[in-house]
Amino acid sequence: MDLIPGSSSMYDNMVACSVKAPVSLQIGNMVTDTANPGVLVIDVTSPECTSFNLQEISFKNNYTAFLMVRLHKQDPNSPGNAKWVTCLRNYQLMPCPHTEEGAQDYFSISRQQMLIEPDNITAVRLILRQPSSVWLNFGLEEVRISETGKDDSEKTLPSWISSLTPVGQAPKCQNAVPDPDKISSSIQQMWALTEVMQSSKTTARVGRFDVDGCYDINLLSYT
Amino acid sequence: MDEGTELSSTIAQIVHKLSGSQLHFQMERQAKECLNHPSVQLETLKEDVKQYLRKSGWEKKLQNAVYQELNMIHTSGNPIAPPEHIKEPLTYMRKAQASWEKRILKSLNSMCTELSIPLARKRPINEQKELLTKWNEMGTDEPDLSHFRPVYAPKDFLEVLINLRNPNFDNSDQPSASSHWGLIQVPLRVKDLSELREFFSELSLGYGQLGIEESSQVPQDIFENEHARIGRKVLADQDSAAAEQYIRQGSPTELRAELWGLILNVTSEPEDIMYYEQLTTSVVQHDLLVDNLFYKDVKLTASNDDYYFVFEDFLYQVLLCFSRDTTVLEHFKYNSATPPKSYIRGNLGIEEFAVVYPPNGVIPFHGFSMYVAPLCFLYNEPPKLYSVFREMYMRYFFKLHSISSSSSGIVSLCLQFETLLQTHLPQLFYHLHEISAQPLRIAFKWMVRVFSGYLATDQLLLLWDRILGYNSLEIIAVLAAAVFAFRAENLMEVTSLAAAEAVLADLSTLKVIPLLQIFLFATVT
Repeated sequence: MDLIPGSSSMYDNMVACSVKAPVSLQIGNMVTDTANPGVLVIDVTSPECTSFNLQEISFKNNYTAFLMVRLHKQDPNSPGNAKWVTCLRNYQLMPCPHTEEGAQDYFSISRQQMLIEPDNITAVRLILRQPSSVWLNFGLEEVRISETGKDDSEKTLPSWISSLTPVGQAPKCQNAVPDPDKISSSIQQMWALTEVMQSSKTTARVGRFDVDGCYDINLLSYT
Repeated sequence: MDEGTELSSTIAQIVHKLSGSQLHFQMERQAKECLNHPSVQLETLKEDVKQYLRKSGWEKKLQNAVYQELNMIHTSGNPIAPPEHIKEPLTYMRKAQASWEKRILKSLNSMCTELSIPLARKRPINEQKELLTKWNEMGTDEPDLSHFRPVYAPKDFLEVLINLRNPNFDNSDQPSASSHWGLIQVPLRVKDLSELREFFSELSLGYGQLGIEESSQVPQDIFENEHARIGRKVLADQDSAAAEQYIRQGSPTELRAELWGLILNVTSEPEDIMYYEQLTTSVVQHDLLVDNLFYKDVKLTASNDDYYFVFEDFLYQVLLCFSRDTTVLEHFKYNSATPPKSYIRGNLGIEEFAVVYPPNGVIPFHGFSMYVAPLCFLYNEPPKLYSVFREMYMRYFFKLHSISSSSSGIVSLCLQFETLLQTHLPQLFYHLHEISAQPLRIAFKWMVRVFSGYLATDQLLLLWDRILGYNSLEIIAVLAAAVFAFRAENLMEVTSLAAAEAVLADLSTLKVIPLLQIFLFATVT
C-alpha cells in the first residue's frame, strides 16, 4: 500500500500496512448464491507483524452502513500472547442505509473514540455491514492507519491559540457544548491541519478578472 | 471524528475565512483607536479592549459574521476530504454535473461561432460614453436580440436530472413496495412528513403567522402588533441569528428589507458602494456575450410580467454587474459546478492568460432574471439591491441549477416533492402517472424559479421569508406538493398533461401559508 506524499502532518505518522481484499461473510455456497453479502471483513496487518500504537484510522466510505473495528492486541508483558478485542462497535456511517447520505464521505476514527487503549496492535480487522439490498457493492477505500507520533512542536501557531481563555465564564449550556479544554487542545492540531490543507492565498479577493486590462475572448475551453 | 475535533475544525475554518476580511481590519482599527478611551487601562488591557468592543457593537458584528459563515458551511469538514469532495461528495453526481457543463459550453460556443460574436470584447470609447449616459434606462435600448437564444431552459435541465443514475444502485425494474413512481431515480435522503413537521415547527397551527388572515388560535391583529414590536427590537439589536429565528413567522412589510439585510449580513458601508461602482465601470469597459443573454431573458420574462416590468432597468444593472463580480467565484468551493474557463485571444493553453468566463463563472439560463425581480420591491438603491441578490444567489439560488446531493439542491427538492406526493396523495399520483402527466414536469419550473413569477408578490415574499428563516429551500418542495393537494379534485378529472398544466397554470390567487399549514399539519398520516 503506498503512502500519500507527505504534504500534511496527517500522513506523517502513517503505518505502512497491507490492506487485504475484503472477504464476505455469508451462509451458503458463495459461488452459486446470488444474494448480495451484507457483511464484509477487511484485514489490515502491519508489516512483519511489528506492533504499534494506533492513533487514527481514516478511510473513504463506499456505501458501508455500519462499521465494527477489532484490534489484534499484544500483551506487552508476554509478547507471544495476542488477542482480538473490539474497539468500535456498530459505528454508523450512513444515517439511513437505503439512502446516499454518508455513502461516500471521509471518516477518521481517533483513539479517543475507541473502547480500549489501542496500544501494541499488530492487526486491525474492519467488519463492514450494509443491511440494505439496494446497493450492488459496498466497502471502504483509502484505508490509512496512523500511529501515535512524537510531539510535533515545530509548527508555528498563531499566538491567539495558545492563550485561549476557557469558556467557563460564559453561561454553560447543559450537554450542548463539548468540554472546552478538550476543544482547545485539539484545536491546535486542527489549526495546523487546515493551514496546510487549505490554500494559503488571502481570503480577500482583488476583483480583477482581466489580464492587464485585456479581456478579449473568443471561445470557451473544454479542458 | 468526535464532536470536539469537529467543532475545533469548524472554528479553525471560520477564523481562517474571517482573517483578512474587511471586518477583521475594521475591528483591528477600532481596537487601536479605543486605546485612547479612558475606560481602557494598561493593567487590564486585554479585558478592557474586549469590553469596549462588546459595548460598541463590534462583538455583535463579529457574531453576525461568524453566524453567516456557519450558515454557509456545508459539510462537517473532515480535513482529509479533497476539495472536489467538499463541492460534491458523490462521484456520479460530479460526473453528471461535468458532462452537463460540457453541453452548456458547447452550446455557448456554437452560438458564438454562428453569430460571429466574440464572448468578450473591450468597448470602444464612444460606445462606453454612450452606455454611461444611458445607464439608468437601459431598457429603452432595443438591440437586435432575435438571433440570441437562451443557452438552456429549465426543462432541458430536468431531462438531465431524470437520467441521473447511481451505478451502484440496484435499479431492477420489478415493481416493489419501495418503487418510486416519479421521475427522479436516485436514492437521496429526504425528510418525511414527521421530520418536516419538526423542522418547520414554527409554521404549526399553534404559532402566530404573518400571511394568514385569521386564526382560531391567536387573534391576528394582536399577533401582528406584537410581532412587529419584536421585529423592531431585533433590528435595534442587530442580531442576525435572532432575526433568522424571528422571520420564521413572517416579516412585517415595513421591516422586511432591513431584516433580510441583517440575516444575510449585507452592509451598506462606503466600501460596498464603491465596489458596486467598480462593477459598473467594468460593465462599461467590457462587452460580454452573456449581457445579450440577460437582455433577452429580461425581455422574455420580467418585462412581460405585470408585477415586474417596472423594474426592467434595475434588472439590467444588477445582472450585468453580477456577471462581472469575481467574489461570486468563492461559492464554487461548495457548489458542485465549476466556472467555465477560457484564454485571452491568441494565447490558447498558456496558463498566465487563462481567465474565467463570465468573470463570475455563472452562465444564465431562461428565467434567471426572475431571481432578482422580487427583490426590486424591497430595495430601491442599486448597491443594496445588488448585494442582497448576490448573497441570496451564493446561499440558495445556485443550488437550483447544479446537480448535487445537498438537501436543498434541486435533485433533493424534486425527490422530496415526488415522495411527499406519492406518500400522501397516492391516488392522485397514480392517476397522473397513468395519463403520462408526471407531476414533476409541472412543478419543476416552479421550484427552479423559487415560485417567482408564479405567485403573487406578497405571497412570494412571505415564502422567501421562510427560506431565509430556515436557511433551506425544502419549503418550496413542500409548497409544490401542497399546491397539488389543494387542486387534487380538479386534477383527478383531467386526462392529459396539457389539461393538468391548465389546472395548475394560475397560482396567483393562492395563499401560501395556509396551504403549507394544511399540508404539513392537517394531513392525516
